[in-house]
Amino acid sequence: MYIDPHVHMVSRSTDDYVHMARAGCVAITEPAFWAGYDRSSPQGFFDYFRQLTESEPRRAAQYGIRHHTWLCINPKESEDPVFAREVIALIPEFLKKENVLGIGEIGLNKNSRNEMEILEAHLQLASDHNLLVLVHTPHLEDKLKGTLLILDAIRRFPKLDPGRVLIDHVEEHTAKHVLDQGFWCGMTLYPDTKCTPQRAVDIIETYGSERIWMNSAGDWGHSDPIAVPKAQMEMRRRGHLESLVRQVTFGNPQRFLSQSGRFSAEPLRPTAPDITR
Amino acid sequence: MTRAQVVDAYFMEHRARLLDVAAFLDRIDRAGPGVDDFRMNAYRNAIALLLDGKPERTRRILEHFSDPSTTPIPAAHVKGATGAHDPIGKVH
Repeated sequence: MYIDPHVHMVSRSTDDYVHMARAGCVAITEPAFWAGYDRSSPQGFFDYFRQLTESEPRRAAQYGIRHHTWLCINPKESEDPVFAREVIALIPEFLKKENVLGIGEIGLNKNSRNEMEILEAHLQLASDHNLLVLVHTPHLEDKLKGTLLILDAIRRFPKLDPGRVLIDHVEEHTAKHVLDQGFWCGMTLYPDTKCTPQRAVDIIETYGSERIWMNSAGDWGHSDPIAVPKAQMEMRRRGHLESLVRQVTFGNPQRFLSQSGRFSAEPLRPTAPDITR
Repeated sequence: MTRAQVVDAYFMEHRARLLDVAAFLDRIDRAGPGVDDFRMNAYRNAIALLLDGKPERTRRILEHFSDPSTTPIPAAHVKGATGAHDPIGKVH
């Protein structure tokens, strides 16, 4: 049994839901992200937020998987601050939807001034509404600098408790920075550009298992929606106790996400498709 | 796991990955003469870090590939990342 706390199911097929359910996935959380192209209007985000809060939970339920989500405009679309602020203004009306856990995945992409301005606008929204925050850290050569800038930015919002903020996509050069400041951290299991299951388990062995989880971040790119069970296999291969496997792939995400008051990983009987829609 | 158990478990897959690195460099050689760009300069320097006998090779290689600056750039003109810091800054 496991939770995948970061996966973009709107980009995945029904076969992926089948494979995840068979591998033991009982709950997922889906952060708002970049579609692979820039939306042409805030209305495009309105429709996307409806997909995340209305249709995707129904799709997941057909496979017995509980679906939760996070809302934002992704940093890859934050270079136009006027546009981004129009999208952020749409978010409050969706916060009452029962599967919305908080704001995410916000953060930085190329570490630009405009991206930072929009990151701070999202942090203000989370602070004002006392919401959990899921943070994307930049890719590859931009990750270390971006992570440090993000941690500094969050500290400028004293109402945001680091224990309610997860910094995602950490690797060996950023995990300690995140954990030392009291934040949670997520490791993304990617074939090429983030952590392999082997390296993720190395990081747990090096930095401990208290405030850490693993996710697939499966999306429309090169990714693996059943990466988390592969990491479970890697932990068992090394002789880790089953209790530790369960902690980092179920107990930890459950503990962090339950702070929202809306997260559930209770067993869900697969539902029939709604033929009226 | 003991040191011997780690080698038993992982030697074969990492032997294969080492050969992949060698084959990649051979492939570049076969492609003909030219000058390495900033990515391959960083890659070749990272290989040296593997052999310096110091610990935390993964962290140090990731830091080696990273942008060392500390302030936001004026504007983002691309969305993607190249995998290595461009010291001339042409890619932003």
